[in-house]
Amino acid sequence: MTRDEKTYKVQSGSAPVGGRTEGTYKAQSERAAAAGVEQGRETHPKRQRTKMVAPPNNYLVPERDALKTPVLECRHLGIDFGGLKAVEDLNLMVGKTEIAGLIGPNGAGKTTVFNLLTKVYQPTRGTILLDGVDTAGMDTARVSREGIARTFQNIRLFDSLTVEDNVKIGLHNQVDCGMWSGIFRMPRYWLSEKEFHDRALELLDVFNMADNANDIAGSLPYGAQRRLEIVRALATGPKLLLLDEPAAGMNPVETEELMDNIVKIRDDFQIAVLLIEHDMDLVMGICEGIVVLNFGKVIAKGTPEEIQANPQVVEAYLGKQD
Amino acid sequence: MDRLKNLSKASRDTLITYAIVIVAFVIMQALASMHAISSSMIGLLVPITAYICLSISLNLVVGISGELSLGHAGFMSVGAFTGLVAAQVLAPAITSGPVRLLVAMLIAGCFAALAGVLVGIPVMRLQGDYLAIVTLAFGEIIKNLLNNLYVGYDGSLHFSMKDTASLGMNGGKVLINGPQGAVGIEKLSSFIAGFLLVLFTLFVVTNLVNSRSGRAIMAVRDNRIAAESVGIDTTKYRLMAFVVAAALAGMAGALYAMNFSSIVPKKFDFNTSILILVFVVLGGMGNIRGGIISAALLTILPEKLRFIGDFRMLIYAIVLIAVMLFSNNAQVRMAIDGLRGRLSRKDDDEALGDAIEGGDAQ
Amino acid sequence: MGFITNMINGISLGSVYAIIALGYTMVYGIAKMLNFAHGDVIMVGGYICFIAMNNLGLPPVVAVLLSIVGCTCLGIVVERLAYKPLREAPSLAVLITAIGVSYFLQNTALLVWGADPKAFRSILDLPSIKLFNGQLTVSPISLVTVAACVAIMVGLTLFTTRTKMGKAMRACSEDKGAAQLMGINVNTTISMVFAIGSGLAAIAGVLLCSTYPTLMPTTGSLPGIKAFTAAVIGGIGSIPGAALGGVLLGIIEIFAKAYIGTQLADAIVFAVLIVVLLIRPAGLLGKEIHEKV
Repeated sequence: MTRDEKTYKVQSGSAPVGGRTEGTYKAQSERAAAAGVEQGRETHPKRQRTKMVAPPNNYLVPERDALKTPVLECRHLGIDFGGLKAVEDLNLMVGKTEIAGLIGPNGAGKTTVFNLLTKVYQPTRGTILLDGVDTAGMDTARVSREGIARTFQNIRLFDSLTVEDNVKIGLHNQVDCGMWSGIFRMPRYWLSEKEFHDRALELLDVFNMADNANDIAGSLPYGAQRRLEIVRALATGPKLLLLDEPAAGMNPVETEELMDNIVKIRDDFQIAVLLIEHDMDLVMGICEGIVVLNFGKVIAKGTPEEIQANPQVVEAYLGKQD
Repeated sequence: MDRLKNLSKASRDTLITYAIVIVAFVIMQALASMHAISSSMIGLLVPITAYICLSISLNLVVGISGELSLGHAGFMSVGAFTGLVAAQVLAPAITSGPVRLLVAMLIAGCFAALAGVLVGIPVMRLQGDYLAIVTLAFGEIIKNLLNNLYVGYDGSLHFSMKDTASLGMNGGKVLINGPQGAVGIEKLSSFIAGFLLVLFTLFVVTNLVNSRSGRAIMAVRDNRIAAESVGIDTTKYRLMAFVVAAALAGMAGALYAMNFSSIVPKKFDFNTSILILVFVVLGGMGNIRGGIISAALLTILPEKLRFIGDFRMLIYAIVLIAVMLFSNNAQVRMAIDGLRGRLSRKDDDEALGDAIEGGDAQ
Repeated sequence: MGFITNMINGISLGSVYAIIALGYTMVYGIAKMLNFAHGDVIMVGGYICFIAMNNLGLPPVVAVLLSIVGCTCLGIVVERLAYKPLREAPSLAVLITAIGVSYFLQNTALLVWGADPKAFRSILDLPSIKLFNGQLTVSPISLVTVAACVAIMVGLTLFTTRTKMGKAMRACSEDKGAAQLMGINVNTTISMVFAIGSGLAAIAGVLLCSTYPTLMPTTGSLPGIKAFTAAVIGGIGSIPGAALGGVLLGIIEIFAKAYIGTQLADAIVFAVLIVVLLIRPAGLLGKEIHEKV
């Protein structure tokens, strides 16, 4: 059974982990610290008397995800463009079903982080663990197969193809049919085409776009194009969905709808979402954990409430207030 | 009838294309049997089918995969000469002409595909105009190598890159004689064979386009970065289009070569590659039906213009420039669109309009 | 001595390629088009010079100037009539148009001057220079070719970096829209580039025909393609790159002809292009441009 079939099934049942959980983000680190302060017994005379502690681990994940392998963990991630350190020492953890936000002023390096995660750029330093698997040496296509899907800041659809074909292309690695089966129309072809069609329409239904299935993607209105990009990303069967400014160019009503949809996607598909967004209503409204980036460095992490109260964040956005 | 209505637009377009090809074949065949067309026209029938196949296959690369290839004639020549050699070598084993042609074409296709892989692997590391110039270079290299290739057959095959003397033959026959090419070719090709090859090429390309692999190829064309982001191995699918097209071009090359009594490597030069590209662009990139029609018309046109002698290529050039200017200039396009709006028979015009404007994959 | 002779011939042929490649590279840089008709402008340049010297009996210097003026006008006219209306069109449409122009020029030449090759008389009527007791002969036209190439390259570099028009050209090749907003007349600038490129093609045509004195309607096509190859090897859009690529290609061609065989020389030239592009996808001196994600 593929990952996707599983996630589809969850829809009908009562989702146990839905909703928003705020509060005890520090639980994990506190628990770890408590466990670490164990006293060494004096059995070996040559050994120094060392006090062992847990390293300061400032990762934050929702409590419900604390005991599961995090879907994403970045350790000391960094990239240089020439002499410029575009991203430096980024440490980040996203829980299995977390909706996380990545915010920061223009040019802070947010999209660069997405490009690092999806291997559009190879990191200069650091490690990316996707569901516990190191993605070092993988290319963009491989990372997608491993479970990261993304949308783009400047929409990148397959403009000349239909909406349905766009989603079918997203399903590329979910349904198999080789070149020869395709050319000579083997039974495999007809089976796969039916599966492509059914699953594409099912996914389009998430955003009520099934009626547009035969429209040309490039001719859709802007908001619909953004939604189609999300559907296409979902079609790849991701564990982690990266959304690059999903609400850009949307009106407040559409944004409201989008927020509901993002939460719904997380609940139905049981995946994590990491989003870049400038619309603070959206970020504060649905993100559980937020990371703030400025000049390529993390300047704050925490719940929406903590971030809003953080003086460094306010300074980064508004400049120093005297 | 209900089933026909339920077909997607893509399948309906494909069926119309098949129908046009079949009807055209029947009409030409009928005219030929009634001696209603000139002998020079009859001589053109096989080249027309070969060029149609080349147009369809190049469309897979240029229109569907979106890579500008300027060396398609190279694969045609690989197919032509391997096909010729295969047909000669197999002569004692297979006595039936059509069967031998079929086998020779299959072998030609395999060798052209192999050439496609060898050329494609380095080529696919490049993009855009750089890719175009490298395919041009490969086309010229293939032509140059064939210009230096000597092949003889005396029960076993002999190869040389120097001259016929160094083949070390025991009697037998020189099949390929360097720049002089192949002479004394057995004429195995026929209009029917050409027609069947057109159907086969059409079958392969349209089926490939309307499958998982074809969607991946078009995804890479439309947006390479997005295609990668949904997990498509872009190199694999660009290469797939390139190699399938090379194989089909090789088969068409074999058909083409076995229609003449002699053929030289120089026939498959840069100008031939360009000629095929012109078919594709005039027919509308990615529009397979348009490519078929323009291949047929542009092969007949210079022949029909023969009576004006040296002026014919000049007129061909002017037609080419004029069509490009009229179909791509914004003002002219607006005028055409206005005209189309006034004509109510929308469906009929669409096909024509697509052919002129370069509509997308069908 | 054979090596040195080959080297001189190689540099001389390479200089011709370099002059053509400079025109190619400038046109590509600004119009982003593969101007396949460029090679045929060389041929037209050759014919104008031939007619001026043989039929009109003009002195070589005047003939060359006439040829430059003729080709410059031809370049401007072709650009205005065939390429300018397609400024917004897809690049393939422009490419096919350029091929159409190429056929047009070749077939017009065929109609006007016939298919028979013309024996081109060198523009320099000087005896060869003999060195080392006649072991090494250098034809004066080789020296003139190399000198012309160097002068043109220096001139173009100064022109593009020091003059207002040259800076406008570079601005247009970076970003036409932004250049227009800065008050640069993009159409005039592009015409200017075509004029310069075609003028260079005329010089190259005269020099090429003086070295290899057969003139036919198809004379320009192969050197045109090779010069384009040279421009790509050097890094298309780069002026020093075009010169470097041209000279390299000329040397490789002459040496391949001398040591490997005339028939395979072209294959080797194109193989070099492929190898260079695989190692440096933007050419030797070209800058790689990455798409922003």
